[in-house]
Amino acid sequence: MSKAKDRPRFESWGRYPVLQAEVVPLHWTTDFPLKRPTNTTRQLPIGLGRSYGDVCLLEHGTLLDTTGMDRLLSFDAATGVLRCEAGASLQQILDFAVPRGFFLPVTPGTKYVTIGGAIANDIHGKNHHVAGSFGRHVLRFELVRSDGARFVCSPIENPDWFAATIGGMGLTGLIAWAEIRLRPIVSRKIDYRGDKFHGIDEFFTLSQEAHSEYTVAWIDCISTGRNFARGIFMRGDHSHAPGPLHRSKEPKLAFPFELPQFALNRLSMAAFNTLYFHKQLGNSKVGPVDYEPFFYPLDSVLHWNRMYGRQGLLQFQNVLPHATGREGMLQILKEITKSGLASFLAVIKFFGDVPSVGMMSFPVPGVMLALDFPIRNHVSFDLVDRLARITVEHGGRMYSAKDARMTPEQYQAFYPQWREFSRYVDPGFDSAFWQRVTGRRAIDG
Amino acid sequence: MAKERPLPSRVLALGATSAIAEATLRLFSERGASFFLVGRNAAKLSAVRDDLVTRGAQGAATCVMDLDNTDAHPAMVQQAIATLGGIDLALLAHGVLGDQAEAQRDFRAAHHILHTNFISAVSLLNALANYFEGERKGVLAVISSVAGDRGRKSNYIYGASKGGLDIVLQGIRHRLHGTNVQVLTIKPGFVATPMTAHLPRGPLFAQPAKVARDIVTAIQRRKSVLYTPRFWGLIMFAVRNAPARLFHKTNL
Repeated sequence: MSKAKDRPRFESWGRYPVLQAEVVPLHWTTDFPLKRPTNTTRQLPIGLGRSYGDVCLLEHGTLLDTTGMDRLLSFDAATGVLRCEAGASLQQILDFAVPRGFFLPVTPGTKYVTIGGAIANDIHGKNHHVAGSFGRHVLRFELVRSDGARFVCSPIENPDWFAATIGGMGLTGLIAWAEIRLRPIVSRKIDYRGDKFHGIDEFFTLSQEAHSEYTVAWIDCISTGRNFARGIFMRGDHSHAPGPLHRSKEPKLAFPFELPQFALNRLSMAAFNTLYFHKQLGNSKVGPVDYEPFFYPLDSVLHWNRMYGRQGLLQFQNVLPHATGREGMLQILKEITKSGLASFLAVIKFFGDVPSVGMMSFPVPGVMLALDFPIRNHVSFDLVDRLARITVEHGGRMYSAKDARMTPEQYQAFYPQWREFSRYVDPGFDSAFWQRVTGRRAIDG
Repeated sequence: MAKERPLPSRVLALGATSAIAEATLRLFSERGASFFLVGRNAAKLSAVRDDLVTRGAQGAATCVMDLDNTDAHPAMVQQAIATLGGIDLALLAHGVLGDQAEAQRDFRAAHHILHTNFISAVSLLNALANYFEGERKGVLAVISSVAGDRGRKSNYIYGASKGGLDIVLQGIRHRLHGTNVQVLTIKPGFVATPMTAHLPRGPLFAQPAKVARDIVTAIQRRKSVLYTPRFWGLIMFAVRNAPARLFHKTNL
């Protein structure tokens, strides 16, 4: 049998940076605080590791793997209120809820996210412009501190801890269980409409006109000239016609190995983008689609991050206020197309003005862009650093759950409330991200 | 699939907070089963109960007790029968892995492994086999281990407790032949559970949910012995049949 040192290390979804830590599985909400001593001084709760950078990492620390705490504790079909342990995943909740005619109030682009992770990163989805971020749909949760104190947090019970923990990156303590409100549906189907657009102005017009519950656009960040900033604007609503409500099948495909670095290059990515743009033949496409491909197109291929090879990927996600959004996004898109580094996976969306309840939540009203870059050391790092500077100049902010590069100065400009937040950080907890943005850990290259 | 039958709906779970038991009970809960859950820890037991009820169980009663206390077994089984109105499936899932090195050094540690995994199981199986014999139907599903197939230096005390259990189950199966009682010996390989949390997780480790699905299928198909995941059947065939000269050179 293999030795303990061969144990697979815990990686974030971007697989960068690589930091060693001890992983301790928690199976019961009473397993924390840990009864046995660990070799490390600091701890951090983790879920399914779908955040991209270092927000779920802690070098030489103890990562508390919460995925064994996945019990569903109660459900009220009259109100849609579900209470579950924090390690339950959105996938598990959908498997439970959809056959009963309920759906997540907010979902990101993957269902492989725990409830604890969804709260800790105050995730958002394609319905942000109407529903706000995930934290708005959280009614209560129990927070456990490393000194053993346990308390329930809600908008009226310990409201400051409620606000600090939503978007609090797991730093305020361990979330034991949470209550969320699901929304009713009558079908798995989404009434979908896809419209091609050419250039950022058409995207802005479509975003302002769209009234659907879900909107998002895929944008081509490679093509230049007359194809610059082309894309497909996608919208959808839960179908009102009663339809199938069965449970989803488990994905069978997994990306089997790491692609060599040369596989993702400007040519192959340009080809992907052109194919995707023309996959939809006409300018508009309308019809019912299943929620799985609408919300989770990439979940059908497990481990798709291996496509980026051993070096991993950087994700960049920012939001710019509407006042500077058009100008700023144009500048950013030009930088990206010039670099030729963009991949296929780029999305742009309008955030709405529903306020986030979390003290450190990412979403603010404006226009949001998210995309991946394969890591080619300095080239990719320099590009993301330039994009971060443009974001600062335009009064925007970047998303902690997707970041591996922000400097302390940038972070503190994006989130000036960080100092107030730090009073809520559990003295036994820390993360590589938090060390970096508070100036306690150096940034590579 | 002609031999498949509906799942048992009144379930007695002994060691209900074990990861394999819990994963298996979830599958029964989705089909509306009712449960009598026995375990040592009240808080864990109530978390399991809440989960099963939320997922669709008709009902779930809990009974906090240490199954090492064999004197309490007959009354507990009677209570389960009374509460559920009869038992369709008894799942024996309690057990300890123990520590081989400690068990070699200190007989009390060896005794503890043997008592929990074997002696207490025999006591429960007596009560349950007698009940099922009277009913002439039902399912007795017992979690043993691939470790019971051949003694090896890394875990022969644990292996002996499970191997002994296998012999008892063979005997009960023989005894109840001709009734409609199914006696299922479940032999999981490495499963990613709290019991094995201290072991390095190699590629042979299975998730409890996978083992649970195999258990449900084995019950539906009236199997007697289940290796889960299935490849363990092949591995253990090789392990059982390896010549001692060769086997003793390995580090298993």
